[in-house]
Amino acid sequence: MEQKINKLLLAFSAETTMIMINDATEIFPDECCGFMFGREEKGVRLISEVRSVTNQKEGDKRRRFEILPLDYMLAERYADESGLDLLGIYHSHPLHPAIPSEHDRVAAQPFFSYTILSVFPEEKTIIRSWRLNDNKLFEEEQILEVISKEN
Amino acid sequence: MAKIIVPTPLRKFTSDKSSVEVSGNTVTSAILELVNQQPNIKKHLLDENEKVQPFIRIFVGDEDVSNDEMDTTPITETTVISIVPAIAGGSVNNSNN
Repeated sequence: MEQKINKLLLAFSAETTMIMINDATEIFPDECCGFMFGREEKGVRLISEVRSVTNQKEGDKRRRFEILPLDYMLAERYADESGLDLLGIYHSHPLHPAIPSEHDRVAAQPFFSYTILSVFPEEKTIIRSWRLNDNKLFEEEQILEVISKEN
Repeated sequence: MAKIIVPTPLRKFTSDKSSVEVSGNTVTSAILELVNQQPNIKKHLLDENEKVQPFIRIFVGDEDVSNDEMDTTPITETTVISIVPAIAGGSVNNSNN
């Protein structure tokens, strides 16, 4: 049974949502991936910036993604330099629902938000987000309304 | 002392410290001292055999150091060791790729 994490909520700026959706649709039918940066305030994670990164998986990029360690280290460095926190990873599931696979779960790290975009041609992209609990099981985070830039 | 860079997802197990200073002569001894200083990180970093877990990579500078090499990779007072989580996943469970 899916369970919402009520103590930790997620909100995206409109710009970050558009960047992720564009990334997922442009790279379709392969999986896209990227880093999510922002701040956590009063129990809400505000994603204010996302940075796409090349899916370096050797083999079937339609069903797998992988981020190089060097790209990860650069993302941590960028967070330090920009005063933001590295809060999670996004990737797409082309032709599959925005639900983490067992492969996603095994590789997942604590703390991070794992945002998944489900992409089907001619259909609205579905965005859901997940986070490991203390038992290393994914629980769904609640995504608040997209925060517009004017706010 | 050598410095170990702690990645964001593991900082809640190091009292939010982004780096920890450790002594030791090898990467293995440095990692074990980190675990000694910050015991909450252990189950997220090491397996039951006290080897670094499969989805964690250890870098000395820009060099990827495998579990087999950690015992013999020397460190100095200026060495920077990075703990790097492997970021991977995918949509389908039953894939050999």
